[in-house]
Amino acid sequence: MLEIEIDGTKLTVPNGTTVIEAARSIGTHIPHFCYHKKLSIAANCRMCLVQVEKAPKPLPACATPVNDGMKVFTHSDMAVKAQQGVMEFLLINHPLDCPICDQGGECQLQDLAVGYGASSSRYEEEKRVVPNKDLGPLISTDMTRCIHCTRCVRFTEEVAGMQEIGMAGRGEHSEIMSFIGMTVDSEISGNVIDLCPVGALTSKPFRYTARTWELSRRKSVSPHDGLGSNLVVQVKSDRVMRVLPLENEAINECWIADRDRFSYEALNSEQRLTKPMLKQGGQWIETDWQTALEYVGNGLKSISNEFGAQSLAVLATPHSSVEELFLLNKLSTALGAGAASFGTRYADARLAPAQQGASWLGQPIADIAAAKAVLLIGSTVRKEQPLLAQRLRQAVKRGLKLSLINPMDDELFTTVSNKLIVRPDQLVEALAGVVKAAAELKQQAVPAELANAVVSDAARAIAEQLLAATANEGDRAALLLGNLAAHSPRAAEIASLAAQLAELTGATLGWMSEAANTVGAQVLGLQASNALTQSCKAVLLFNTELEFDSHDAQAALAVAKQAEMVVAFSAFKHGALDYADVLLPITPFSETAGSFINMEGKLQAFNGVVKPLGDSRPGWKVLRVLGNLLGLEGFDFDNAEAVRKAALPQGEAGIAAKLSNAVQGVSIQLQAPSAGLVRLGEVPIYQADALVRRAPSLQKTRDAVAPQVGLSAATAQQLGVQAGERVQVSQGDAHASFQVALDAGLADGVVRLAVAHPDTVVLGAMFAPIQLTRA
Amino acid sequence: MSDLNAGLSPESLAQIDREVAKYPADQKRSAVMSALRIAQVEKRWLSSDTIKFVADYLGIAPMAAHEVATFYNMYDRSPVGKYKLTVCTNLPCALSGGADAGEYLQKKLGIGYNETTADGKFTLKEGECMGACGYAPVMLVNNHTMCNHMTPDAIDRKLAELN
Repeated sequence: MLEIEIDGTKLTVPNGTTVIEAARSIGTHIPHFCYHKKLSIAANCRMCLVQVEKAPKPLPACATPVNDGMKVFTHSDMAVKAQQGVMEFLLINHPLDCPICDQGGECQLQDLAVGYGASSSRYEEEKRVVPNKDLGPLISTDMTRCIHCTRCVRFTEEVAGMQEIGMAGRGEHSEIMSFIGMTVDSEISGNVIDLCPVGALTSKPFRYTARTWELSRRKSVSPHDGLGSNLVVQVKSDRVMRVLPLENEAINECWIADRDRFSYEALNSEQRLTKPMLKQGGQWIETDWQTALEYVGNGLKSISNEFGAQSLAVLATPHSSVEELFLLNKLSTALGAGAASFGTRYADARLAPAQQGASWLGQPIADIAAAKAVLLIGSTVRKEQPLLAQRLRQAVKRGLKLSLINPMDDELFTTVSNKLIVRPDQLVEALAGVVKAAAELKQQAVPAELANAVVSDAARAIAEQLLAATANEGDRAALLLGNLAAHSPRAAEIASLAAQLAELTGATLGWMSEAANTVGAQVLGLQASNALTQSCKAVLLFNTELEFDSHDAQAALAVAKQAEMVVAFSAFKHGALDYADVLLPITPFSETAGSFINMEGKLQAFNGVVKPLGDSRPGWKVLRVLGNLLGLEGFDFDNAEAVRKAALPQGEAGIAAKLSNAVQGVSIQLQAPSAGLVRLGEVPIYQADALVRRAPSLQKTRDAVAPQVGLSAATAQQLGVQAGERVQVSQGDAHASFQVALDAGLADGVVRLAVAHPDTVVLGAMFAPIQLTRA
Repeated sequence: MSDLNAGLSPESLAQIDREVAKYPADQKRSAVMSALRIAQVEKRWLSSDTIKFVADYLGIAPMAAHEVATFYNMYDRSPVGKYKLTVCTNLPCALSGGADAGEYLQKKLGIGYNETTADGKFTLKEGECMGACGYAPVMLVNNHTMCNHMTPDAIDRKLAELN
């Protein structure tokens, strides 16, 4: 510990603390632009100059480590003069265009210029003008305003992992830009907008739509991935104008992913469903709530009478709130249809019965970065969990060993120690090899089921690494399962083997939950299995778009089309226009109170930030009325808090008691790799839920380009196709044609073709056999 | 790696490999200046494609190589003539005839700074201090050959020699 005196206040700080951090700890603000607590120190803006006793000239507080007995003066004549001098230089080339600048009112340069700038400039020469750059559909540029703090450069290099932005040129010719002809394509790129201390990088979708002082700020929680990023939703005239991160070190730190930031565009989309609609004689007509709900009630009763309650399927996406899922499940159970299902993307019926509790991360989110080794199993982690991938990237820099068992070898912008890249139908066998290797290394009996497992060098290296990571008391390792594992037709075997491996190595097993409320859905007792069968006569779809949210869109749509009645509770007009009979407009997360349980089992409640659009109503209210209309017991709730209380009577403690990744009673049947082609159908990042699908700016990004068929070079050669060529792809009776792209990260025999995209909905299951012929 | 070789000759790549070997395996980025220099010797100038090729070869972001290529003015970001003449016009040289040498060259070649003669033979550039102020005025030919005391006579002789 070191003693330091700042402006006469004495304090002690740990070794290695910088002056700016020490000052911040006692609430002394030192003006700065380039310093950011999450980024490396650049010390190039010079705004944080302070006077240090015995130092002949002012020193930058951000880059000066504290020495014992140091005396710092942040407001002495020398410090203030230096800061004013720096400000004068910064303003020389800065255009004073605050009245037309989007950053106006929330600009650090503007704020500090009030404190340290002169009322007029001594500089009379011409100012420098810098051409604007095209950084893509999300980030707007006014490069003349740039003060070259390089926060954006350091963010892309250090946090996003790939230096997409840089400073070209030298001296007064320096310009911040992306590489010629390239846009900024990171899935967390929007954070550079927050980082930019001036108006050089601003939000393209938000541009010129509102002033910061017109906006009211309301807390919320991201409805996308299972992280549950904390948000500040900014509202003007009952319309969501912008979304920013709310700092929460334990969850999202100070970042949010681009989908958290820009998906709000969908909230005001033309495709919003604003009135209940009924299909009569093949025509959709708008109606009122009473008529629509009575129609649904009568329909459910008559189908139940005619075909039995079991012919009813109730499906929800885990992006729905705790309150909605609780009432939906209650409705489903009361109607005799059993628990509702949130597992339309799941394919392994053995998984749900084998799971001993709600599958979750197995540890707090922040603990992952403290592990010594992490093994990712079946995850496109950058796209599934952009911020978790970022945390892992930071942890790898501090020594974490990251390994993969994956059906593709996508760039993670970090160092991967060992990897097993296999066909998607061979994830089980790959994992079995690691389990066997771990058992052998620990000199324990290899389970009989795994006797034939093949232990590759990589499998042994992974097992060694996990064992080494947990060898010392207090050191931890983690196994993390992703969406590709959860969606696999052999998910139960993967889960079971992962649990065995965790047991053998002492690592913590966790699932990186797909959606905001995947854990909540399980805690509330919804089923992780797909409830759609050919015997379904009535289907209730809650937030679910069968064509995009199904493991096998082809099969799901076939069921929907033969059903007597399909009711879609949705915030949007979607594909259900083809197969539904009733559309009930429910509100997205921004227009209702609710709560999500994130992947670490944390319940996060939020309030509506704007009024429901048109005649749409919060989902829990619609279910309440429907329950009462059907004469069911226990649907009387005054507000969302009351529903939450009924759903989770013991609150956090009740949730914690239900969390478990244990799996029992799954038999492992190792299979030899099949010779045929197999599909690798991941859900693209900007097709994952109803909101991102309808956010125009996200749809213009590189991550949203039309799906292509990815093949390894050897497979392409074997099939006689070339990159760029169009090929005909078939699953079952359905065909579609796509362009071929070579993907060096694929195992041979794998056809990588995304699901959940309008171009691919005609096709079948995610990881099923697939045929490919030259078009 | 066959498609990567399309960018530079095997000889150049071998030279780059030798530079890369001077640094730890996870710090190939350190070789970027040498790699760009070697690429420029082969290609005569650094197009965006060449820069991207070098970046990919070293496993660094294209922008990281672009930053280096635009920072140092001995890297040429646009095509140059057969002979690139760089005259130092920093203060000590300028005071000792460097500015005059530059003007003489402009008149003699009929081009301004950063221009190339119509026959594609000469490109004239202003350079930064070459660390040889005592021999002013100094001039570089194609980045590698330094010429001292470039009086008009010396310039005439040099141009005749190059022609």
